[in-house]
Formats: sequence, C-alpha cells, structure tokens
Amino acid sequence: MKKYEYFEATADIGLRAFGESLNQAFENAGLAIFNIISDTSNIEAEREISFKIRSEDEISLLYDYLEELLFYHEIEFMLFSEFHVEIDDNLQLRATIKGEAIDWDKHERKTEIKAITYHKMDVKKTDHYEVQAIVDL
Amino acid sequence: MSIKDEIIKVRDNVYEIPGSYNKKMRASGRFYIADEYIDELEEGAIEQIVNVACLPGVQRFSIGLPDIHFGYGFPIGGVAAFGLRNGIVSPGGVGFDINCGVRLIKSNLTIDDIEDKLDEITEKLFKNIPSGVGSKGKIRLEKDEINDVLDYGAEWAVNNGYGWPEDLEVLEENGRMDDADSSIVSDKAKKRGIPQLGSLGSGNHFLEVQVVDEIYNEEVAKVYGLEKGMIVVMIHTGSRGCGHQICSDYLRIMDKAYKNYKIDIADRQLACAPLNSKEAQNYIQAMAAAANYAWANRQMITHWVRETFEDVLGKSAKDMEMDIVYDVAHNIAKMETHKVYNREEDVLVHRKGATRAFGPGREEVPEKYREVGQPVLIPGTMGTASYVLHGTETAMEETFGSTAHGAGRILSRSKAKKDYDADEITQDLESKGIKIKATSKHVIEEEAPGAYKDVDSVVRVSDSTGIAKLVAKVKPLSVCKG
Repeated sequence: MKKYEYFEATADIGLRAFGESLNQAFENAGLAIFNIISDTSNIEAEREISFKIRSEDEISLLYDYLEELLFYHEIEFMLFSEFHVEIDDNLQLRATIKGEAIDWDKHERKTEIKAITYHKMDVKKTDHYEVQAIVDL
Repeated sequence: MSIKDEIIKVRDNVYEIPGSYNKKMRASGRFYIADEYIDELEEGAIEQIVNVACLPGVQRFSIGLPDIHFGYGFPIGGVAAFGLRNGIVSPGGVGFDINCGVRLIKSNLTIDDIEDKLDEITEKLFKNIPSGVGSKGKIRLEKDEINDVLDYGAEWAVNNGYGWPEDLEVLEENGRMDDADSSIVSDKAKKRGIPQLGSLGSGNHFLEVQVVDEIYNEEVAKVYGLEKGMIVVMIHTGSRGCGHQICSDYLRIMDKAYKNYKIDIADRQLACAPLNSKEAQNYIQAMAAAANYAWANRQMITHWVRETFEDVLGKSAKDMEMDIVYDVAHNIAKMETHKVYNREEDVLVHRKGATRAFGPGREEVPEKYREVGQPVLIPGTMGTASYVLHGTETAMEETFGSTAHGAGRILSRSKAKKDYDADEITQDLESKGIKIKATSKHVIEEEAPGAYKDVDSVVRVSDSTGIAKLVAKVKPLSVCKG
C-alpha cells in the first residue's frame, strides 16, 4: 500500500493518506504535509516533540492534528519526517513527531501551507484506512 | 439542468441568479463578469454565491466580483452584507489570510534614476525583507509586545520607528481597527505571529518595484500623486500564521456554534454565528486583531523598503518622496453604513478576495482623496501589470462599495508546475525587462502568469460596469517572491 498521494484542487493541493490502521493513516498524512513544504527524505529525526489533542469526531481530530503539525513547524522553526500517532477510543490523540531545525541551505524549500481546510475532508475505512484533506496554500 | 440556465443578464457584464432559484435563498445572487467569460465560469463558484444568499440576514445580493472563483465555503471575489439584528458573521467569509492586502508607495524617481541600480535594489530588497516558506521576521518582540501589535496595528509600528506618522492617514482604517482585543486571541495565534512579524510569506505574495506605465484618468491620478514614468513599490502580504491561526480557531468554534444556534448552512465552511452572539463578537474582535497585525506587517516592510532605497541611492526617503499612496485590505469583515432599499442601514460587510471601493464623499476615505473616491489597488500576477482604480457611486449603490482584488487562479499549482519551467519563466520575464528573485523555483512555477485569469480583463469589467474606474496601470521592473 502506498503511504499517500496528492490530488488537484483549484488553487491548492489535496492529500490522501493510507494506513492499515487509523494511526498509520494519520502518520502518513503528516508525511504528506511535510512533503508539500519540503522533501522529507532529507529531514533527519534529530529532535522530537510530543503533543496530545482531543476532538469530538474523527474529521475534527484530523483537522486539529494537521493544524498542530503546522503550529509546531512554525513556532519551533522545524521540519518533521517521522510521525508516531496513537488514537484511543475517546478520540484522544497522542503524537510524537521527529525532525530537525530548518536549514534552507540543506532543506528543499517548496511551498508554505497557510492552513488546513474542511473542504472534502474525510476519514474512511474500507479494507484499510484513508484520510483526506485539502490544504490552503 | 445546469445552474447556468437560471442566470439572467442584467446588463453588459452583469448577471443575476434570482432568489426564486432555490427556496432557501433570502436574496438574489449577482455577479460581475466579462460576457465572454460567462461560459467558463465554474458552476461551483455560482453555487457558492447561492449558498451565501441562503444565510440569515443577508442583504440585497450575494455578490460575485470580476475575479470570482471557487473558494472554501464562500467564493473568492465575493461580497455579502448582513443585517445587525438578524445577520451572522462567518470566518469563511473573510478567509484564512485575514487582511491580506496591498500597499502602494510612490516616489519622485523615474526609470533614469534607478536603471543602473535596479539589480542592487532588488537584491537588497530580497535580503532585507524576509520571504518564503519558513521565513522569520528579523525583529524580536519583547514579551507581551505582540499584544500591542494586535491592538494597535500600524500605529504600534509607527510608534516603534517603522515609518512616518503621516503614513497612517492613507491606510484603510488608518491601519488600526478599534474592535481588536488581543486578550481573546489564542496563545497559539500569538506564538505563530511573534516570529513572523515583518515577513512577506510565500505563494502569491510579492514585493515589486514598478513604473507607472499608463494614466487613464489624469485628474484622479493627480489627486493620488501619480504620474506616468514614476517609480512605485507595491507590497502584497497579510497577517501570516497569526491570521491563519485565528481563522482556524474560529472555524472550529463556529463549527459548533452554527449547530447550537440551529443555522441551516449548505456547506460546513459557511459555519457562522448570529451577530449578537458571544462567538460572533469574539470573532470580530480577534479578526480585527489579525487585521491590525497585517497592517503592522506591511508598515514594517514599508520601512525596510525605504531604508533599502536610501542605502542604494544615497538619498533620504523623504527627499525621494516615498509616501504611501494607499493600503487596502482584501480579506476582511467590517461594520459599515450602506443604503439598503432606500434606507441607511448598518451592516457587516464580508469581503473575501474583494477590495473596498468607496466612492466620493464617504468619511472613511482619507480627506485628500475624498472628492474623487478611494484608491483601489488591484495587483496582477508575477510579471504582469497591476492597476490603480478609484471607488465610485455605482459601487456604493450596487456592491456595498466593493470591487475585485486580483487576477484569480485558473490552474492548480500542481498543473502549473507541470506546464511551466522556472528557468523559462525567468528568461521570458528578463526578455521583457523584468527581474525576478525568488526563494525557490517551485514558487516561480506555481505562480506562473499563465496560471491566473488575465488581470486586464478583471479590471476592464470593473471599469465598464462602473464598480471601480481605472486611474493608472503600473508594470513591474523587478519582483521579489517568497
């Protein structure tokens, strides 16, 4: 199973991430986010950040989780390439994300993400899990 | 049946979707678009005009402007006004980049004064004004100083040495909305705002050195201090991560509020709250704080633009008469008085990708421009012309004093990347005498001029329908992109 793919949206870009579990689909969505901003294959897992959030439903949890990734990217001035997510039955999410401080001489500089939108946001379970979001660039 | 079959032509370049189209509509939809583009207009954008026309308290028309395109919930290039008693406010009607806007700085320089120095000016502007993804501003705020930025906007900037006191007179709202209250802005928004203050950002934001290429209205141009051949600088940026976070915070809050208040909406991103609710009042105060942040941001960048010109040309900015012409907000919601069915009413006007275009006589327009109406600044895309227009009585009558805000994207970024090559674009612009500096090739490809609707057509429709009339055309000499 591939980890994620992108799809076209008028002004912006959409991402679809896959996983054997909801946790894994969220983890791959994190990867998809940072491959829009930079190239994750060139980001070392030098420093880790942990956070905990809780939301009222799975879609809101996805929204809050992706927003949280942008928040730490901006305030810590870091790029992330490893994501560990655990979601419990009460829709509480614990994440540990690893990456390194931005160095634009080393890291590829792609596109700034302004925000996560609710547009076509989706969390689906078939024979695997799939999460979908469109980001505002 | 297509929604387009329901469209009625009102006059050249003006169309309506009658309120009878959908029984939930509380007003008609109206849009201003070039007759030749009507077939190309996305149905999704028209549906969004209809969805907005269904919101409680909407007044007269849900409006689409000449650059209308599909947005999240509300269309981009959209205007809607809501009554104070029965209306709503919606963060989706303002957008993520609260008070994204445009500022124009004039000078007494001509091309001859800077021709040899243009490369140096461009390099130094690029160096002195942080831009691009993950760009930090170069100043460090003292603890809690972010609250002053949020509460006082451009006034904070001027008081701290960024620019001149007279700059404030020619900014929309004088660069500060009094409704702002930093105490209700989330810590997250402040934390995102602190490192990014004084930076341009990425995407369609830019800083351009331009020359006034054509004057369409000598009289008004004179009032604005513009003449053919004059060197000007245009800044296009907004409230950075601070505004994005405030929008996100309130999208979440409104997502709960609309359900609590049992408001029927067609799309989750139209989430809103009644104007007299706590949620609405808090959003208005937080949005105003983000707007102030954006005015402070553009004010600081203005200061560094002046410093850069001083450094390279060896003259003071005052001697070069680098005065601000005007500064407009094109993502904002504001309390304004408008004529609604022959009565003066206070309404909350949402402008999302729309520029205020107040006509002559309005007290909100700076005194020196009041007789001719406010300057309207419409930026083009990378390497294309931008325009100065003036607000009109027609805009007051028809569009709650509003017009378009720019070109409007037609190709997705990934399509643009596939279709265009950064080196070719750079060469093509250089052959037209335009120098470009960008933090990455990605942004050059994503922002390729061909990825946008033709800005010339957008301003032509504005001018011909009368919702803002042409004053001057400016063309870029050099472009700094994030």
